[in-house]
Amino acid sequence: MENILEVKDLNISFHTFAGEVQAIRGVNFELKKGETLAIVGESGSGKSVTTKAIMRLLPPGNSEIKQGQILFDGKDLSKLTDRQMQKIRGKDISMIFQDPMTSLNPTMTVGKQIMEPLIKHQNMSKAAASERALQLLKLVGIPKPELRIKQYPHQFSGGMRQRVVIAIALACNPKILIADEPTTALDVTIQAQILELMKDLQNKIDTSIIFITHDLGVVANVADRVAVMYGGKIVEVGTVDEVFYNPQHPYTWGLISSMPSLDAKEEELYAIPGTPPNLLHPPKGDAFAPRNEYAMQIDLEEQPPMFKVSDTHYAATWLLHPDAPKVEPPAAVKSRMRKFMGAK
Amino acid sequence: MGKYLAKRILFMFLTLFIIASITFFLMKIIPGTPFASAAKLPPAQLEIMKAKYGLDQPVPVQYAKYIGNLLQGDLGISFQFNNTPVSDLMFKRLGPSMQLGAQAMVFGTIIGVLLGIFAALRQNTWVDYSATFIAVLGKAVPNFVFAGLLQYFIAVKLGWFPVLFWKGFEYTILPTIALSIFPIAISARFMRTEMIDVLGSDYILLAKAKGASFFEIAIKHALRNALIPLVTVLGPLAISLMTGSLVVEKIFAIPGLGEQFVKSITVNDYPVIMGTTILFAALFVVIILVVDILYGIIDPRIRLSGGKK
Repeated sequence: MENILEVKDLNISFHTFAGEVQAIRGVNFELKKGETLAIVGESGSGKSVTTKAIMRLLPPGNSEIKQGQILFDGKDLSKLTDRQMQKIRGKDISMIFQDPMTSLNPTMTVGKQIMEPLIKHQNMSKAAASERALQLLKLVGIPKPELRIKQYPHQFSGGMRQRVVIAIALACNPKILIADEPTTALDVTIQAQILELMKDLQNKIDTSIIFITHDLGVVANVADRVAVMYGGKIVEVGTVDEVFYNPQHPYTWGLISSMPSLDAKEEELYAIPGTPPNLLHPPKGDAFAPRNEYAMQIDLEEQPPMFKVSDTHYAATWLLHPDAPKVEPPAAVKSRMRKFMGAK
Repeated sequence: MGKYLAKRILFMFLTLFIIASITFFLMKIIPGTPFASAAKLPPAQLEIMKAKYGLDQPVPVQYAKYIGNLLQGDLGISFQFNNTPVSDLMFKRLGPSMQLGAQAMVFGTIIGVLLGIFAALRQNTWVDYSATFIAVLGKAVPNFVFAGLLQYFIAVKLGWFPVLFWKGFEYTILPTIALSIFPIAISARFMRTEMIDVLGSDYILLAKAKGASFFEIAIKHALRNALIPLVTVLGPLAISLMTGSLVVEKIFAIPGLGEQFVKSITVNDYPVIMGTTILFAALFVVIILVVDILYGIIDPRIRLSGGKK
């Protein structure tokens, strides 16, 4: 399939009083037409920074794209001017944020907020935009859209507001939709509804989605492919099946082991020991090595390259080197893998 | 909405009634009589004067009479200015004060809000630092210092505007500028803080993600949200400006209310004191109502539920 977005060797730093924080250290990935790519990882792993860089929404004062390319539609987004970027944001690439309670303007009617990108990007008249906004509200499943369109955000519940945010994002039929933890701030029943809605809409309007989350359960639900991020790098990437049934990186094992399961025989939920690396002083070797019980000497000395597992599956761990000792995934991962298989 | 307004207006009158009563009794506690400064009157003559103005009667009777007259819109007559009705006296002087105050308020708020917006949009640059400097200066230096400086440099040295008096629009410019320094300072500081706060919020990020330009974000999304807290401070500020600034009126020889109010207190001119107090109080409650209505217009979250049909 055709690549719609390619991120090549992206390096992003934040300049702070303490020094330069290397938040993203050489990220490579591509997004194919019509697919959903999930980016998972813990807080501070660089998932949000990567997507904000694609949208060029990083704070201009202290962030810097040190090197790398973000190729979209033959253009390198990292080199565009603000004005050129404004024409892409909301039209070709749009974004949904984490907290629907704060991401709508409290003093503007919901209708106006949906109409804004339509009037701006598609030169619609007010009447046409209003008609389209009404359709969009219907599309995202808001009852009584004729009434709701004139209301303000505070008259909507959290789940309904997230539907509105989705309607805004989809207004111009974007080629790429970036969803930055869109369900994290919602309660579980609403989460399921929003995920259902997003899947449904993707089928209808054929857009590619980058889905950021730290919830592996959500990933299994929505994604075609998964990229696991750690310490500003992608450590494993593959299809959902590959990453869930045949995980290679010890960090991915840790993530899978720490998923709660309903019939857990284990007494305690697994937690990855230690804390994420301080990217003010990134480690010389593999960033995960200090927390990795399978770490070898080389992990401390040199960063592992991406080893190929299959055509679509890559992982950055020295364990995949031909000279490395064979290591089996821990029992908790195996039992979960069996369960995933069984569920299928 | 109509019901709410009716209720608010009823309470406004109640508030005014209480203020009038308290002022009345407070005045009776102040020692001295309105005629103390007049030429030494024989006691008999003084009694005649008191009888004429009803001051020889018991205080409760005077109070009942006063409130009765007030309800009919009669504020009484001044003791010091040849029995001129208080309302005539006040309204003649209210004009210049109100005009000056309103001009200073409008000019000051517009300049202050613009300064605040620029400072916030260009945070930590020379624009921001200059705006902060102006704001600190305006808050720290009293307006009569500016009045004097403006008079000396712009009126006397450069001769661009007249130095004194109240004879036309060009006479209002210097006092307006002197008076507007404070509202400029207040609104610039408030606006800067609020704008920075609002510009960092999630909905501004979403607006950017929609492809809105810098200008659209500042004007369409940020400004209105940043204005809400400003309205709270501007209401009372407007009243203190419009009811006359004693010192600035004195410096520019403007026949305003402020000067007259202070004079009437020193000579115990009861009706003028009462009338001015009631006028100030009335302006105050009206402005507070206007501020509350403005809130509803700016911020839909505090719009009254009755407005939704």
